This record gives sequence, structure tokens and C-alpha cells, in this order.
Amino acid sequence: MPFIPQASSAAGRVDAVFLFILVLSAVFLVFITATLVWFVIRYNRKRHPRGVDIEGNGWLEFAWTAIPTLIFITMFLYGWTNYSYMREVPRDAMVIEVTGRQWAWSFRYPNGKRTSHLLLAADRPVKLELHSLDVIHGFFIAAFRIKQDVVPGKVNYTWFVPTQLGTFDIECTVICGVSHAIMNAKAVVVPVEGFEAWYFGEEDDIPARFLKPASPAPAPAPESALELLNRKSCTECHSVDGSPMVGPTLKGIYGREGAVLDRDGRERAVMIDDDYVRRAIVDPAAEITRGYPPAMPETVMTDEELRRMVDYIRSLR
Amino acid sequence: MSSYLDTGGRGGIAGWIFSTDHKRIGILYLATMTGLFFVAVVIGVLMRVEQLVLDPPLFAPQVYNAFFTVHGVIMIFMFVLPGLGAVFGNFFLPIMIGARDVSFPRLNLMSWYAFVAGTVIVFVSLFTGDGAPDTGWTFYVPFSVRTGTNVTLGLTGVFMLGFSSILTGLNFITTIHRLRAPGMTWHRMPLFAWSLYGTAWVQLLATPIVGITLLLVIAERVFGIGVFDPAKGGDPILYQHLFWTYSHPAVYIMILPAMGAITEILPTFAHRTVFGYKAIAYSSMAIAFLGSLVWGHHMFTSGMSEQANLLFSLFTFLVAVPSAIKVFNWTSTLYKGSIEVRPPMLYALTFVFLFAIGGLTGLMQGALAVNVHLHDTYFIVGHFHYVMFGGTGVAFFAALLYWFPKMFGRTYNERVANLAWAPIFVGFNLLYFGMLVLGYMGMPRRYFTHLPQYHTGHVIASVGSFILAAGLVLFFANLVVALLRGKRAESNPWGGVTLEWRIGSPPPAENFDVIPEIQGRPYRFNPEVSE
Repeated sequence: MPFIPQASSAAGRVDAVFLFILVLSAVFLVFITATLVWFVIRYNRKRHPRGVDIEGNGWLEFAWTAIPTLIFITMFLYGWTNYSYMREVPRDAMVIEVTGRQWAWSFRYPNGKRTSHLLLAADRPVKLELHSLDVIHGFFIAAFRIKQDVVPGKVNYTWFVPTQLGTFDIECTVICGVSHAIMNAKAVVVPVEGFEAWYFGEEDDIPARFLKPASPAPAPAPESALELLNRKSCTECHSVDGSPMVGPTLKGIYGREGAVLDRDGRERAVMIDDDYVRRAIVDPAAEITRGYPPAMPETVMTDEELRRMVDYIRSLR
Repeated sequence: MSSYLDTGGRGGIAGWIFSTDHKRIGILYLATMTGLFFVAVVIGVLMRVEQLVLDPPLFAPQVYNAFFTVHGVIMIFMFVLPGLGAVFGNFFLPIMIGARDVSFPRLNLMSWYAFVAGTVIVFVSLFTGDGAPDTGWTFYVPFSVRTGTNVTLGLTGVFMLGFSSILTGLNFITTIHRLRAPGMTWHRMPLFAWSLYGTAWVQLLATPIVGITLLLVIAERVFGIGVFDPAKGGDPILYQHLFWTYSHPAVYIMILPAMGAITEILPTFAHRTVFGYKAIAYSSMAIAFLGSLVWGHHMFTSGMSEQANLLFSLFTFLVAVPSAIKVFNWTSTLYKGSIEVRPPMLYALTFVFLFAIGGLTGLMQGALAVNVHLHDTYFIVGHFHYVMFGGTGVAFFAALLYWFPKMFGRTYNERVANLAWAPIFVGFNLLYFGMLVLGYMGMPRRYFTHLPQYHTGHVIASVGSFILAAGLVLFFANLVVALLRGKRAESNPWGGVTLEWRIGSPPPAENFDVIPEIQGRPYRFNPEVSE
């Protein structure tokens, strides 16, 4: 499959079953189409003015019942055995908790680290346990050929071994509301050493250097404030140029007075200052801007990141 | 004897909307459904435009979500589901079995009213309340319970549409059992009637399930009872089981009459008897039966038990067998025929090709390992458009071209009908084959936007949709012109042998002066030459 990477242990198996069925299907389609066209030409009314009423043939009916049945059962078995592999989790798999909500993904590692993108060690099996906080989502990484619905009240799972370094798209596949189409995240596969350095290190969320496309370029420039907002997925719902999106724009709000609803739905006026911006990021559900859905997830952030974010929003006035 | 078009007691519109004549009811369905079809086509094209204009999006995300919901609801519940049964079944079933009408003519008219009422309610739901439904046509819980949009009213409309389907099914079963002409044994019945018979049972038995399910969702939204919403102790997977227990058999409601119509067209233009009459008849029944046991393949990634996945995958492959049997018999029906490729035949052959692609891509998704990757992507969107549009839709066009002279007593321009085929065929394949490729690349369905790697594919699909839409306009414009200015049609322009070709075009109000006595098998085109 040249147009889509095979980046996990499951990918080759899925593609093999697909190609098997594809080849048989192509043979069948060409055969049927060619036969139809040939009959239409050969038995055209000009060439063959009188039709012959052939009512059927028991042997032929038997053959084209039995042979497809056998072929279909072979396809079924091939699909089933490879699927079984995809459902049997090896014991040494690292268990990562995935939480979907309208409309963001978050990931929790066994040692408690929380991230907004999925950082993985190459060639190490992982099991993802899927939780939803609201409606059904679908967890899909095309490059890994894995997908599982994320159902509230139920913990589904999937597992795989990432086999290729790089950054791959995570997409939501079950309609979950207005921002379903931008409920994306990245799966970043790094060498084991890099993963362990992060996992046992000080940084909490995935450092920006992992999210950049791999390139041997000179030392990356320090992350800009806007890049920070991108990395924390803020800009998926909030614009910085005044254009309307799911959430209110960040442009020009600082220093104004705004109307918010508290947890009980009571309306209140607030001054948008340093303190409010900080509160709105740390505990967004406490004060929802009037006229917008209560959709913003709590985002993990260091004090330093929070300070830079507040500075940045202040600068957008 | 005067035709059904100029009798009826009352004049004008009342003569139509209060008529219990099965033929007039068939025309009523044709008119309403064609109008609805074009509404949904326009929405479909707008969705394809959205994928070209990304930043900023041409339509807001909420609008796009309403688009795909409404497109799906109209196309599924108001076009392909009533489909060929409501139009050509109503019109031709009684004629083909030698009856003067269906068993319950007034119930038949009532089914059309249920259809119109459901349609009106769905359309009202779009423009009232807090916005058009945005859940997709599948109404998955808990999103459909929690969304603020006007889902309750939309569901009520779909519930009403279900009544129309149930009543039609009941009517057809009774008609086929009770009103066959003397001598018309089961094995002398035309195969279109057989396909309607299988369909009618599914309509009667499965539709109530979705009816009660949708009522439960309404109850959950209005009264807050927790059948499906896990936050109230319900089970969202239960909803999916109930929904697909109906909605999978429903796709066979959609495709079986289409297969039946194709089985009428192929022998007529090959001018020879159908190959494997019994195999085709019984495979319809096998599809209706096995098709009721495969709903779980819509839920392979939902997290239901692996044993269920195993069985549903196995049954999914088994239901492909009767479909394959039909394709082989259709192909063999051309062998040693005397084939004339006129417009209905051209579209019928196109049906076989597109339906084959639809069926084969279904095999790919039926395989569990592959399904994990393809589930909820554009691949499945492409697949079911091959089956439902390339299959049922193109068969609908073929049937319309085949029976148009009979229904309206007018002929259409055959060259234009052939000409319209080209953009329909090319546009269709660009659009939906493009979707198959996009799906394998990982493009999820129901996205108002897409990641950059999918853009080329989206542009190709969108261009295809424009070509396809142009072809559809040409196709129907040709028929409208024929209605207004077409030449008078003969009673048997194609040389067909089933009963409808033995009466005038358009048919007389009572179909037959004297109910015919059936002497032998249908489709005896060359009784003197046979092997």
C-alpha cells in the first residue's frame, strides 16, 4: 500500500486480507463484465436474430452456488484469524488510558502522565483502554489499521505494536457533534530511548519537538506562544484572528467584560483579566461563556505554559 | 376502454390524491419520490462543494452535519426504501399477476398519506426548533439523545414513514396470496413479483422494530427515561442492535425489488427466457431470510462479544451467495439470446456492473480484520452508494425507462436517454470509486473538512459528483419532455411477454376486461425454438 504507511503490527495483516479479497474480486468483476460484453456482442440481434429459450442448468446452478460458498468461507476464515490476532493483547503491553470527549482526546500513562497527543515507543506493544465522557466516539489510526468505538459506560480496547517512526493522524470516526471532523490528535512514534527519556523525565505533556515532522534541521527555534496554543489544541476551537469557531475567539477579549454561566446555569458578569483567563483554562466548566457549548476540556499545563498563554491572550487585545 | 389516466370520477388533483387505483398511487409515489430525490441530490452536491472549499468552510460545520443527516434521511427513508416497490410494485404487481387492483386499495392510498405525512414532519423538523437534526441518518444514542437539535420531530417523521412501508408490505403479501389470476401458480409468477414478495415480508416483520426503537429514543429525549443513555443506566449498544435489526434487512427491502426489475428487463431485451427461474426466485427469499441475520456487521468495532462478531461475519459472507447466484443467472440469461441494447437494457447492464462492485466491496468489509480499518470511513460510504445508488438507483432508472411507455403511453427520446448514461456512469465512478480509495487511505465519514493528504481524492470525487448531477438532470429532463410532448407509445414497444405488455399503453382503468387465464411459465419468448 504505497499511499498509506503500514506503521503497526496489524497493518500488514489487514492489508494482506484486503489484497486477497481485492484480487479475487477483481478477477470476478473482469470475468463477469467481459462475459456480459461478449454475450452482448456475440448474440446481438443483428448477428443472432432468434433467441433460444434455455431455462437453466442444474449443474451450473450447483457449481455457482458451491464454489462461491467455499471462496466466501475462505475469505471469512482469513479475516477472522487475522482479526483474532488484533484482539489478543500480549501480556507485556503498556496500558494507556484514552479518553474521548466532545471534542478532544487525552491520554493517561501508567505513571500518571497525561498528554493531548499519543507518544509511543517503537516496537513496544501498547494496549489502549478507551473511555468516553459523553457520547460515542471512534478511535482510529489509519496508518496502524486500528479502530475501536469509544462508548460511554463501557471500556473498549485495542492494541498494536508501532513499527515505524513518525507522526500519524488519530481521527474520530463516529459522529459526535459539531466539531467531530476536527477531533484529531497525533500518534508520535519515537525510538525507545526517546520515549523513556520523556516518560521518566520532568516534562508532562508531549514536548513540541516530538510533534514536528522529523527533519535533520538545526536546533529548533523555541516554541512560539501560538505554537503552544496549537499543541494544546486550543486553536481547534478558538481563533486568534476574530473568526467564529466552536468557542469564542481569543482576539480582543482581554480587558473586556463578559457574561458567563456558572455550574448551575446562573449568569454572571466577569472581567476578562489575568485571573479569569487562568481560571478559564484550568477549570473551564466552572464559567462557560454565554452562547457557547460547555465543550472545553480541562487541559494539562505547566505553570510556565499557563503564564505564557495568559501573556499571549493579553497581547491579542 | 379508457385509460387510467383519463378516468377516475373526479377531475383534477382530487382525482389523483383520493384515487384508490393502484396505478395512480404508483404515479403519486413516483412524483413525490422523484421530487425528494432531487432535493437530496442538491444537498449531496453541496456537500461535495464543501469539500472543495475548506478554509474558511463554505457552510458552517453545524450546517454540514445537518446536510448529511437530511441527505441520508431523504435518500434512505424517502427514496430507496419505498423505492421500486412503491412505484413500480404498486403500478405493476397487480397487472403482472392478472389482478384488477391490490387486495386493500384504500389501505394502499393510506400508505401514501403516511408517506407524505412522514415527509412533511421531517421537513418541518428542519426549519423549526433548535436547528435541523445533526446526528446522521442512524441517530446513534447517546448523541441523538443529547443533541439540542430538532431530533424528536425528525424521528417522529421517520416513524410515520415506517407505517407507509408496513402497509405496503401487508398489501403486497395479501395481493400475491389472494389475487393471482387463474392458472398463475407460484412458479408462473413473474420474478419481479417474487422479489416484491420477499421484500414485503421483511417490511412487515422488521419495520415495527425500528418504529418502537425510534419511539424509545423520543421517550428518552422527552421524558428522560434511560433505555439507551449510559448516564441514566441505559445501553447505547442496545440501540445499535435494535436499529440495525431493522436497518440491515431494510437494505434488502431496497435492493430486492431492484433485482426483480432487472430480472424483467434482461430477458425482454435478450429476447429469450430467463436463465434459472427457480434459482432467482428462491435466492430472493434466501436473501430476505439470511439478510435478517447479518445486522451485527454494522457493529464490528462497537465492542460487542467476539463470538457475535464471528457469527455475524460468517452470515455476512453467506448472504453474498444468493446475490452471486443472481449475477450468474443474469449473465447466463444473455447466452444465446437475441440482444438489443436499448436504453432500459443499457441501464440494466450498468446495474449489474455497479452492483457487482457494491457487492464485492461488501465482501471486503465483511472480513473482520479489514472491517476494523474500513469501518466508518469513506470506503463504506462508497460501498453503499455502489449498492444503493449504482444498484437500486440505476435499477430505478432502468425500470423507469422500461415501463415509462406503458405507464404514460408516451415514448421518450432514446438517444438522449443513452446520452445521459455517459455522464451518469463516468461521474458515478469518479465520485464513488474516489470514495473507496479515500476510505482505504483513512478518510472518516461525516467530516465537514479533511486533512491535507485527502484533498486530491476529494477534488476528484467532487468533480465526479458535478458530472453525475448533470447526467441526472439530462435523464429526467428527457422524461419530462416525453411526458409533455412524447409520441404515443405502442402497447408493447420492447416485445415483452409478461401480462402488462398485453394491455394498452397506458393501461385501462380496470387493467383487464376479462381476467386472463395463465397457461404456462412466464418469459417464453421463443416457444418454438428451445433446447
